[in-house]
Amino acid sequence: MSTTATTIEHAPPNRDRGGARALIQRLRHGDEVAHLVTLTFAAGILLLTSMLVYELWVNSHLSRAKFGWLFFWTRTWDPIFDNFGASPFIYGTLITSIVSLVIAVPLGIAAAIFLAELAPRKISDSISFLIDLLAAVPSVIYGLLGIFIVVPLMRTTIGPLLINTLGHLPYIGKLFKPPNYGVGFFTAGIVLAIMVVPFIISVSREVLLTVPRDQREAALALGATRWESTWQVVIPWARTGILGSIFLALARALGETMAVTMVIGNDPKITASLLAPGYTIAAVIANEFTEATGDLYLSALIELGLVLFLMTFILNGLARILIVATERGGGHSS
Amino acid sequence: MRKTILVVWLLLGLAATAGAQSSGTVLLNAAGATFPYPIYSKWFDVYHQQHPNIQINYQSIGSGGGIRQLLAGTVDFGASDGPMSDEQLGQAKFKILHFPTVLGAVVPTYNVAGVASELNFTQKALAGIFLGTITKWNDQEIASANKGISLPGSDIVVVHRSDGSGTSYIWTDFLSKASDDWKTKVGKGTSVNWPVGLGGKGNEGVSGLVKQTPNSIGYIELIYAVQNSISYGMVQNPAGKFVKADLAGVTAAADKASKEIPDDFRVSITNAPGPASYPIASFTWLLIPAQIPDAAKRDAITGFLKWMLNDGQNYNEGLSYSRLPKPVIAKELNAISQIQ
Repeated sequence: MSTTATTIEHAPPNRDRGGARALIQRLRHGDEVAHLVTLTFAAGILLLTSMLVYELWVNSHLSRAKFGWLFFWTRTWDPIFDNFGASPFIYGTLITSIVSLVIAVPLGIAAAIFLAELAPRKISDSISFLIDLLAAVPSVIYGLLGIFIVVPLMRTTIGPLLINTLGHLPYIGKLFKPPNYGVGFFTAGIVLAIMVVPFIISVSREVLLTVPRDQREAALALGATRWESTWQVVIPWARTGILGSIFLALARALGETMAVTMVIGNDPKITASLLAPGYTIAAVIANEFTEATGDLYLSALIELGLVLFLMTFILNGLARILIVATERGGGHSS
Repeated sequence: MRKTILVVWLLLGLAATAGAQSSGTVLLNAAGATFPYPIYSKWFDVYHQQHPNIQINYQSIGSGGGIRQLLAGTVDFGASDGPMSDEQLGQAKFKILHFPTVLGAVVPTYNVAGVASELNFTQKALAGIFLGTITKWNDQEIASANKGISLPGSDIVVVHRSDGSGTSYIWTDFLSKASDDWKTKVGKGTSVNWPVGLGGKGNEGVSGLVKQTPNSIGYIELIYAVQNSISYGMVQNPAGKFVKADLAGVTAAADKASKEIPDDFRVSITNAPGPASYPIASFTWLLIPAQIPDAAKRDAITGFLKWMLNDGQNYNEGLSYSRLPKPVIAKELNAISQIQ
């Protein structure tokens, strides 16, 4: 904005508070205006967030009063007999997000390292442009990709393969048991991974690029190979930013609605097998909100929204703690 | 994130109330069911062309949303795929009248390996499949109605709607009549606690899953099946005949049921009597307040209702909706006088 530009060029504003003329003059210089405008917008965010929580809290009182803490525990979701429990949805939301991160994090970070450290600048820039483009693709498109490509592939190839190999292992085997319909937690996780990987790559690459050249040169001068300098110097330096990108990805995975509901099977059950159909919080709200007629039903859906908000809040809090912890730990290694 | 959906709803509510009127023209706001949206938007458009001073703005936000908006008084009238319950009518500060507008039907669609011909479904078979008590395609209940067709012994994959919808309402209303078990364990509604199966979003989601998944069965709107040339099965009606759904069969069902239609039109016409009646059909309703203080709005609404029941019905078949049977139209025309 031009106001900020003028303040830099002009002499410091007149601090004399004597009368309207001085006030006008101060306003003309822009500092006060800029302060006020930015403050209002920042306060707006706070207001919006608190209003959201307030609305969710107030409108979910029927459900909170009736089910209490049991809401988090029970497994039935029955709009006809007014019996609501959130646990299958919480479970589905967490599982799909975890699966997506397990796939997307190694993929995303490896790609970011290549683009920032190893690839020639030209290739790196053009690929980065495409990645930013991927991040902007609407989620329903990813949902279609899921339905037409991932789901059939899961049913005919990947699913049977997992069942026949990993399915026989102790412990892990429980995660890969039939039936395999093609839709389910794992498919939703894959589609989510495809959706969040551009975020991880894009942010991590930017962070890696900001690591000072001296750091790399110092490592090389000490006799480190290129990979050693990347792995032992550059990555620890950029650790906070990379973690940030992962939590950005997690936030998107938790709240994703359209693409997930198209490929998860929409069956509110808790099943150990990742190949089984499930349901997520965002998906059930989107599916059932429009036709929800009963007061308690509506209230339960809104409480689900509150639960999702709470989950995002807790996970973001954990992210903060983790970042602070690694910043301390990473201090001496860089 | 999707939590903002709530905020959007708030804004929608505001937008609906903000319909400021300019002098001379009457602007009516309505909201509700998505199933009849194509015919409603056609009707409202044609009616506006014939009466340029009347404009009806219809938001297809779903039956539940329509009922809520009507109860909150943010719209002039609502629309719903299921009749309002006594409890909901009790919440209203004013009397609400139901006016059937068109008929819809729901058909079973399936994908069974090696079966190309149309399958017959008894009511018991459909209820059993959706309850999860019939799990194999070669179950006696299915096989006995389809002599000469070799059915595989594979597991049945059930597909239902994941989103709340009038289609599910009609389907579960039918299943409730077909099976006492269904009635007591699951019940009828726009969303229910499905005992088994995968959920697909919308008719396209269900038909997509059925098409992709071997040995699956789902249910879709007749209109959707007709428009997309999806084959569907025949269902046994209470007279014992296996009927393939078509527009005429649905009107026949409503015609047979019309003798027993109560004065408030809140009636289910699934399992209507008569050999030609298709058993899984339903009205969809406009929900109109009995007292409309604004005379201009009242005249606009009653005028539209009269037109809809006469000329309006001629647009039905073009959009694959079944027209209302004559006795129902006559009864509705009488009921219009209740709007004051």
